[in-house]
Amino acid sequence: MRTLREIKKIYENKEANVKEVVESYLEKIKEWEPYINAFLHIPYEDIEKQIKELESKSPNLPLYGIPIAIKDNILTKNIKTTCASKILENFIPPYDATVVKRLKENGAIIIGKTNLDEFAMGSSCENSAFGPTKNPWDIERVPGGSSGGSAACVSAGEAPISLGSDTGGSIRLPASFTGVIGLKPTYGLVSRFGLVAFASSLDQIGPFGRTVEDIAITLQIIAGHDPMDSTSSPYEIPNYLEGLGKSVKNWRVGIPKELWYKGVSEEVLKTLENSFGVFKEMGVTIEEISLPSLEYALPVYYIISTSEASSNLARYDGVKYGYRDFTAEDLISMYKQTRGKGFGSEVKRRIILGTYALSAGYYDAYYLKATKVRRLIRIEFEEAFKKVDIIASPTSPVLPFKLGERISDPLQMYLTDIMTIPVNLAGIPAISMPAGFYNNLPVGIQFMSSFFTEDKLLQFAYAYQQFVDFSKKYPTLPNKERV
Amino acid sequence: MERRDFKEQLKKTAHLARLHLTPEEEELFTKQLQNILDYFKKLQELDTSNVEPMAHVLPLYNIWREDEVKESISQEEAFKNAPEIEDLGFKIPRIMKREE
Repeated sequence: MRTLREIKKIYENKEANVKEVVESYLEKIKEWEPYINAFLHIPYEDIEKQIKELESKSPNLPLYGIPIAIKDNILTKNIKTTCASKILENFIPPYDATVVKRLKENGAIIIGKTNLDEFAMGSSCENSAFGPTKNPWDIERVPGGSSGGSAACVSAGEAPISLGSDTGGSIRLPASFTGVIGLKPTYGLVSRFGLVAFASSLDQIGPFGRTVEDIAITLQIIAGHDPMDSTSSPYEIPNYLEGLGKSVKNWRVGIPKELWYKGVSEEVLKTLENSFGVFKEMGVTIEEISLPSLEYALPVYYIISTSEASSNLARYDGVKYGYRDFTAEDLISMYKQTRGKGFGSEVKRRIILGTYALSAGYYDAYYLKATKVRRLIRIEFEEAFKKVDIIASPTSPVLPFKLGERISDPLQMYLTDIMTIPVNLAGIPAISMPAGFYNNLPVGIQFMSSFFTEDKLLQFAYAYQQFVDFSKKYPTLPNKERV
Repeated sequence: MERRDFKEQLKKTAHLARLHLTPEEEELFTKQLQNILDYFKKLQELDTSNVEPMAHVLPLYNIWREDEVKESISQEEAFKNAPEIEDLGFKIPRIMKREE
């Protein structure tokens, strides 16, 4: 239950070795997992191997001996990667994703693979084929999705840092619901090589942590060009730690009226009220702005993301890897049976939706129209960032809801993402910070900035955390009777 | 679109996507997807006649690399996750229907 800096101190002062620190986290995992199910697998043997390999490496590595949890749609060599889907239930990747490779090269220990909505499709972590993850603050509530496991494990103190992926809010929403920090970088900043593709023009990997400094340290390692990802940004990576602690006085913060009032619950608005006082103390100026096209972001997102998904998920055909239905007599029925039985409900719904939006006769009205509105949304953000440095909004329109509350109505579930989706459509970076609690349930605030300005975004978030710091606030282990 | 027509459309789309649906799923998805598509109609309010489509957010172009021989995973590793293989090839069920 420590930050990176604190773990590093422990090693420097020789208070404990890597094995002991990792074991302390495994102990936490043992305590919490029966209640929250944040992890799909803990690779005990591989962890021992990793610790051994670390012995020959320099203790000065930036992530030396830091346990990190990885969302189970990011490939880990020789460690099962399932995407929380029956179709990949036994899949063992033959290589590491670029982000995993970089973490390991910098001394990190991969301690487990975390639960998610199947193929990252969902906002509650209930769509996992292996059972939902629960919110450590109230185990009757969802942790948000799709990176629910990665958020919950950091929230409960099972890991100091984790990686998730964010296609429409899948890092920020669960960060908000579980009271931790989650960053979605600019599209293209972090390599997608080895991230199981959902919607390729929107997917982006990012870190969860408890302090902005920890987020910055992790981003520094995973960001940067990768020749294995053709959409990976070629730009030079700045030093993300340099701006931390510097003043943000007179920065302009935009408050888009479309994201603050309509459709946001009383509880969330009330909890976020104090942030305006914090902005004042930070010395920033507040400007109300308008982004009128955001009203259309949700349909645009669900058309584009399902269209891309319908194509990306065509690869699960029971031939090269994954589940196969062996009862079928011919090839076409084998494909259909394999996919029909291997995919869960939400994945099937989205594949059909995407196939429909791309099919002859509907392409112009759905997919093509959506890509045009997407441009409008992007232009509005570009214009807004000429006037303001940061745009702030709630991360979620509602408090963490109860398990089962939204699952039977997909449209209702989709509306949970209304605050986070515009960011992915535009491609800009955004971070969710814990801003307060309502009846002991976390509420997050989202800060957005312009393309490739993660340095500024982190500087701002750091300044905010100096006033609003929940990095030491942990949920308490539930009573056994409640399970 | 009429519920019954849409259900036919949905069955056709599921076939194109190579997805077997149970009758219960067909019924449920018809209701849910029609609901979602109705909501999507909102987009038609916007005039986009002068807007270019945008499939991607960054002005990034495909990056070509030299065609060099590099280390890669072995054939064995590549086949390790396959449901059925024969002589280092993926084995699939018959493509033609069996003659009666």
